[in-house]
Amino acid sequence: MKRFKYLKPIKSKDLFYNEKNSRGMRFKQKSTNVLVYIVLTIISLIWVLPFVYLILQSFAKSYSPQVLIPKEWTLDNYRALFDTNFKMMFNNKEMVFAEVYPFGRWLLNTVLIALVVSVLQTVLTLMSAYAFSRLNFGFRKKYMKLILIIGMFPGFLGMIITFYILKQVNLSTGVPGLFGLVLVYISGSVMNYYVSKGFFDTISKSLDEAAMIDGANKNTIFWRVIMPLSKPIIVYTILLAFTAPWGDYMFASVIAAGDSSLFNVAVGLQQLLTKESGVSGFPIFCAAGVIVSIPIMTLFFFLQGYYVEGVTGGAVKG
Amino acid sequence: MTTIEYLSLPLHKRLFHKFISFFASIPMFFAKIFTKKIPQFFVGIYKKIAQVFFNIYLFFVDGDFKTKLSFVFMGFGLFTRKSFLRGILYFLFQAAYIYFAVTIGISSLMKIGTFGHIAQSSYVDPIVGIEIYTYQDDSFMLLLNTIIFAILTCVYVFLWYNQLKDSVELQNLHRIGKTIKDKEIVKSLVGKNYHYVMLSIPTLGLIIFTIIPLIFMILVAFTNYSSQFQQPKELFDWVGSYNFKKLFGLAGGAASHEFAYVFGQILIWTLTWAVFATFTNYFLGMIVAMLINKKGIRLKKLWRTILITTIAVPQFISLLFMSRFLSTNDGALNQILLDLGIITQNIKFLEDGIITKITVIVVNMWIGIPYTMLMCSGILMNIPQDLYESARIDGASPFKMYAKITLPYMLFVTGPYLISNFVGNINNFNVIYLLSGGNPQFTNVKGQMIQSQLFGAGQTDLLITWLYKMCMTQVEKDYGVASVIGIFVFVVVATFSLITYSRSNAVKNEGDFQ
Repeated sequence: MKRFKYLKPIKSKDLFYNEKNSRGMRFKQKSTNVLVYIVLTIISLIWVLPFVYLILQSFAKSYSPQVLIPKEWTLDNYRALFDTNFKMMFNNKEMVFAEVYPFGRWLLNTVLIALVVSVLQTVLTLMSAYAFSRLNFGFRKKYMKLILIIGMFPGFLGMIITFYILKQVNLSTGVPGLFGLVLVYISGSVMNYYVSKGFFDTISKSLDEAAMIDGANKNTIFWRVIMPLSKPIIVYTILLAFTAPWGDYMFASVIAAGDSSLFNVAVGLQQLLTKESGVSGFPIFCAAGVIVSIPIMTLFFFLQGYYVEGVTGGAVKG
Repeated sequence: MTTIEYLSLPLHKRLFHKFISFFASIPMFFAKIFTKKIPQFFVGIYKKIAQVFFNIYLFFVDGDFKTKLSFVFMGFGLFTRKSFLRGILYFLFQAAYIYFAVTIGISSLMKIGTFGHIAQSSYVDPIVGIEIYTYQDDSFMLLLNTIIFAILTCVYVFLWYNQLKDSVELQNLHRIGKTIKDKEIVKSLVGKNYHYVMLSIPTLGLIIFTIIPLIFMILVAFTNYSSQFQQPKELFDWVGSYNFKKLFGLAGGAASHEFAYVFGQILIWTLTWAVFATFTNYFLGMIVAMLINKKGIRLKKLWRTILITTIAVPQFISLLFMSRFLSTNDGALNQILLDLGIITQNIKFLEDGIITKITVIVVNMWIGIPYTMLMCSGILMNIPQDLYESARIDGASPFKMYAKITLPYMLFVTGPYLISNFVGNINNFNVIYLLSGGNPQFTNVKGQMIQSQLFGAGQTDLLITWLYKMCMTQVEKDYGVASVIGIFVFVVVATFSLITYSRSNAVKNEGDFQ
């Protein structure tokens, strides 16, 4: 009995591990947090500063690598992009920038293509995803395997042939050329079914059954039952379908085939930077970059939540 | 080795064991494919074909005169049994097919062995007295038409068999006094046949703009189609495996070993790039996400928004901007570093072999980390917090918790994403082409430029950008070699996907995480 004499009464503090009770722990916590804040600030600076520099340069009268913040501010770079009457010194000669590099036309092309593609591709992708997710047909698995195999070929491989096919049906020059580009973009819709199929798989099948008992056919179920429930994935698909042609270089450059009135902004600006090998094109490029980024930025700002949801869901389902 | 034995090993031996067992399993994997899967596949196909022929025999024996006439006139049996809509559609398809076959298909097929006979012929116009050229055979169109004809024939055979089956079905229904009306067929399109409605347009697009061009390019790999043989002025020809030999340096000629050397270098760099680009982004992105998600860190939304904003800037803007920002002579970064006194000489960020490779990977991190961060932070929040709590009570260090809880969970959940990202990086055209353009050019051992025809290959070119240059930017284009490269990319990607998918299936069978 003697042994228990020195036993202290047990307090709850000893039983439960609690960080807040120890002063050293709290200090350690705080110092690591400060470190994390520093690291995060540095990271943010690394990611943001180049863009700040881009915006600053877009207002610069002339480019020189020594000057980080322009001394003379001007809006000429923005004016030069659109104004066909605006003459400026460019590459040591006086010229109308918008005539040689019709940026307004490029922007219009891009916006039109992106708008049309985002609508059509979303509809087609969701339709095929729904078919793969809900409808039971004999060749379902085989079709999905076929898509997997086709997806392993580099998409560019058949592009030259696609161009000649479009040429055969007169869809490669002028305004029809834009239509041809739209066809090229939306033709691969069925191959993007994966993320949306994963989403449809999570919607309970008892909803379909309930609707079917109420006398709905499959068409009604798709448009009236499944679609209203799929807002996040619809927005995500639209967002992806809108931004893909916006930033595409490869396909657009093939279809345009050097015709500057058919360029989208990516091809046009790449041509601008490679052809004007000197420094003169850079501020105008920066101005164009700002203009091109604003619509996408706005979209992202409002639809951020949907985007995050889609990215996370897509990653989990592969 | 049993599980107990494996668990009793020290860490480095476990890793070693895993490493060995992974590579040891590869031959077994392929052996299984060749001994089991492929024979099974062919036996299955053989059985199905035999079944089809037997069915056709049955159709002929059991069918009445209407069904027998359907062997010649598609849809006859259906039409005469009051299933007018289907009957007419089948018949129209048959008419269109025969029209195509007679006007274009058969003649193309006859000429495809030699890609036509005469490209152009000329005669002197007796009235004007000028030589006039007429184009006869267009090799390109011949090949295209043959492919379309082949695909149409497949569809034709399929539909022909189906209408026979339908006709026999209707015949049997008639015996018991039943029939299928057109109304029911139309109704079934929103019922049990709804997938035809949903998939018809996407499939049509897939066939015209993806499958036909792919088949075409695969066939082009066996021809000498290049800018020297511009149709319609000249015919191109079958060359067998010459393009494959050329790529692997077996074609002979002075420059062949140089070509093979460049191809090898580009292949190695493509794989290196894919590994680095995938894993640097993945792990650093995860770390950034963990920093932001750390307990006690405030303004979580601000940090995340800052990074998301950079995703919103179109990639090509960031890349083109970086290509200028890093340029040796008039790039701002070199100037900043000079002013700060960190360097005394301009760094050739985009003009020196090794440095450019590093630059490309680093810039790719700059582009890709926000994206991975976004993806990871969603998943990190899903990890059950009690796992961490119990680990903390057991006295685990943060690093240990990362290695034993976070990483396994993330790898388990995002495994498929990693594979598809790896494949995506093998074909990552934008980052390379818009940033470095594949430059600098290749030099040989002595440091001189390689003079022979390389189709603009540079040291940071990936297979896909090289393919692009071969088809687009070079004066001398060679579509044959380009399509061999495309096929090669397919082989690489398919091998990686096959191995990893089979491995990940094995992982799944071992039981879920936890």
